[in-house]
Amino acid sequence: MGTLNLDAKIPDGQLATKWGSHKSKIKLVSPANRKKYTVIVVGSGLAGAAAAATLGEMGYNVLCFCYQDSPRRAHSVAAQGGINSAKNYKNDGNTVERLFYDTIKGGDYRAREANVYRLAELSANIIDQCVAQGVPFARDYAGLLDTRSFGGVQVARTFYSAGQTGQQLLLGAYSALSRQIKAGTVKMFAAHEMLDLIVDGDGRARGIVSRDLRGGEIKSFIGDVVILCTGGYSNVYYLSTNAKGCNATAIWRAFKKGAAFANPCFTQIHPTCIPVSGDYQSKLTLMSESLRNDGRVWVPKKAGDKRPPNEIPEDERDYFLERRYPSFGNLCPRDIASRAAKERCDAGFGVGSTGFGVYLDFHDSIKKVGKDKIAERYGNLFDMYKELTDEDPYDVPMRIYPAPHYTMGGLWVDYNLMTTIPGLFAGGEANFSDHGANRLGASALMQGLADGYFILPLTIGDYLAGAKLSKLSTESSVVIDTENQVKERLNRLLSNKGKRTASDFHRELGRIVWDRCGMSRSAGGLREAIKMISDLGDRYWRDVLVGGTAFDLNQQLEIAGRVADFFELAVLMCVDALEREESCGGHFREEYQTADGEALRDDKNFSHVSVWSLNEANEQCELTKEPLKFENVSVATRSYK
Amino acid sequence: MNFKLKIWRQKLGNSQGFFSDYLISNIDPDTSFLEMLDILNEQLVIQGEDPVAFEHDCREGICGSCSMTINGRPHGPNRLTTACQLKMRSFADGAEIVIEPWRAKAFPIVKDLVTDRSAFDRIQQAGGYVSVNTGAACDANTIPVEKESADLSFYAASCIGCGACVAACPNGSAMLFTAAKVAQLSLLPQGAPERSHRAIAMVERMDQENFGGCTNHGECQAACPKDISIRFISDLNREFITAQAKKIYGKRASRRS
Repeated sequence: MGTLNLDAKIPDGQLATKWGSHKSKIKLVSPANRKKYTVIVVGSGLAGAAAAATLGEMGYNVLCFCYQDSPRRAHSVAAQGGINSAKNYKNDGNTVERLFYDTIKGGDYRAREANVYRLAELSANIIDQCVAQGVPFARDYAGLLDTRSFGGVQVARTFYSAGQTGQQLLLGAYSALSRQIKAGTVKMFAAHEMLDLIVDGDGRARGIVSRDLRGGEIKSFIGDVVILCTGGYSNVYYLSTNAKGCNATAIWRAFKKGAAFANPCFTQIHPTCIPVSGDYQSKLTLMSESLRNDGRVWVPKKAGDKRPPNEIPEDERDYFLERRYPSFGNLCPRDIASRAAKERCDAGFGVGSTGFGVYLDFHDSIKKVGKDKIAERYGNLFDMYKELTDEDPYDVPMRIYPAPHYTMGGLWVDYNLMTTIPGLFAGGEANFSDHGANRLGASALMQGLADGYFILPLTIGDYLAGAKLSKLSTESSVVIDTENQVKERLNRLLSNKGKRTASDFHRELGRIVWDRCGMSRSAGGLREAIKMISDLGDRYWRDVLVGGTAFDLNQQLEIAGRVADFFELAVLMCVDALEREESCGGHFREEYQTADGEALRDDKNFSHVSVWSLNEANEQCELTKEPLKFENVSVATRSYK
Repeated sequence: MNFKLKIWRQKLGNSQGFFSDYLISNIDPDTSFLEMLDILNEQLVIQGEDPVAFEHDCREGICGSCSMTINGRPHGPNRLTTACQLKMRSFADGAEIVIEPWRAKAFPIVKDLVTDRSAFDRIQQAGGYVSVNTGAACDANTIPVEKESADLSFYAASCIGCGACVAACPNGSAMLFTAAKVAQLSLLPQGAPERSHRAIAMVERMDQENFGGCTNHGECQAACPKDISIRFISDLNREFITAQAKKIYGKRASRRS
């Protein structure tokens, strides 16, 4: 058992007043003093751009980094369906309490009550802020904001901009960031990748070592506090809906420097993606969950039925989500919809050339509301589907299959979003904080922006006001040492005379993790995976071939470094999945299920956050448990039937 | 499928570039264009050659990273399709395919197919925002926005900032990009207070960045993978003239718009 002394720093008092009273008690940095502090923000997605912009507005000196050539390209841009909010514009009973409850339940009772409540509380302000920035949300004919429904809920609380909500919210945050760059409060380093974290002699996070991806220069940046908003690690699976560049290097380097990692096995497999078609495939394309508002999911009732979908009569179709989960139907949560699709395909009812696909059919909705209305709601998604598959979803049902999409696990943070390293904060998907074992649709954007606009800018001040920081310069030995470690690692990769590319190894790693630590997991499979990944990881360092130099734009070197970190993280995912002997949310252990195949949670033994850290010798991962207390919701079996 | 690729290679921005020929075979028609380049690059790495550098990230047509001219057309032959969404079935088996970087004075070449598009970021920084600090917003439904304006604003905002418009323009103009951003904000009441300043500042920045002027070729619209219309360019011209007039004659002239 691990020895971490975890204090989540949850404020006292009633749930509904915790954040308010915390805000009024928090230490502040006066406006005049803020410019004396340098805040390093890594990542420019929703959480990173929002935090950097807001801290810049407050007067801090901000350095912001992203690996893309422009902050506007961070992968938040690809989020499609929408953003949740507790605003009750539809008068359908949407409240802060209900959003809180839905999120806790959706996460299968594996998230902290206080964090989730705060998220729900802040969600209304987020919409206000974005509208004020000029984010063009969908509106009705009265000129007021429109909303729609998403999986796992029975109200329409999701604000959206067609199927491009992430893009519009990111461009809003990017515009706020651009304003601060012009004002000189934020200095932007695009095409820079963080390769290590600098921790000073007092154990505080003080900076990063980055590589300029264009020129290859390795450089250290020193500040007073470091915020990681570097996204999730779904690319462990090689094939996922994430952008090709998404990686875990920043959070994994932080882990190696002492930041604890929480719930690494909590990964989300999104039910509606375009199925895999061949070995050459480099990524999977998501079809927004919002499509399940109007699309009905089905497979043929007869196994191996090869007739074209439109020739299969109504009574020979199995609308399996509506059949199994009548009260939520096609809008049941992601983990449940994914497993149900897998179950049908494994049983031989899958469609498409591979048999790993189910239909998402819009025929009924088109008949009801018309093709134009459907085009208005999802036009860009339908076009994208047609471009990729050569099939027109207005005429033929889409074929979909689950794919890795989001990781609920991430760096452990306290209520202030600080990791176990003082001065190192984590926001957005990079932390573990709000989604428990399964994230509800349209909640990632909400969390990224809540962290970035409203939480981090306050809690950073609290930390800085109370921290006595020692002097540190880029000449300090701890900085030089970290820099040298980074260079050595790059040299080791470059000087290797192997025979296989890093991507080739990555594909093999991805298959192992997908098969054994994907939609369903078993003790035997996980043990096997741990051995296979460790062996393959050893071979990686012997047999990878990178080529080129470190002093130039070298995309193969970028990939090689990221894949090396995925190997280590993949082992921890499997170890965590093996240790958690229950099924909850996205974590489905075959040994723990009910007679009708539903997840069987074990609240007696596993109502905790699994927090992993390296031992003193930096060799062994140790587990510490943060118990979860539920004082405001009664923990129940999660049913969407 | 088999292809003969003619790819622009350039080690550094200031070095001499040239076309290199590559043969690639056994490509599945459903392979995407960038996956085809991945396959080529893995082969080059194994052969000890320098792989082709190209920008890419989301591979679903929304991040705007991918930026290559394919057979003389930015993003390739299919309309409304980014290079990352282009499938090899769009080409004839055995075809020769010419692949080049964006060619524009304002987008200097970094390496091979990678160009420096940071000029777009600087145009945005000149005024592509609403000056509202976090926390200062009123309730989101306080100001209704006519649906037509909101929809048009969204349409303008769907620009992905890839730069195909600049690459397609004989003058290397960034008018479509700039116009789309100005339109998005000036169509909304939230963007109205700064509209004059915004139009002037963004156009001035665009001119400083070595982009050419617009002479109404319309190539930008034809190349735009997001179908951004050149109507926004005429809107920008009106916006700019109104703003200039307002600057010179004071408030009276602005009543026209």
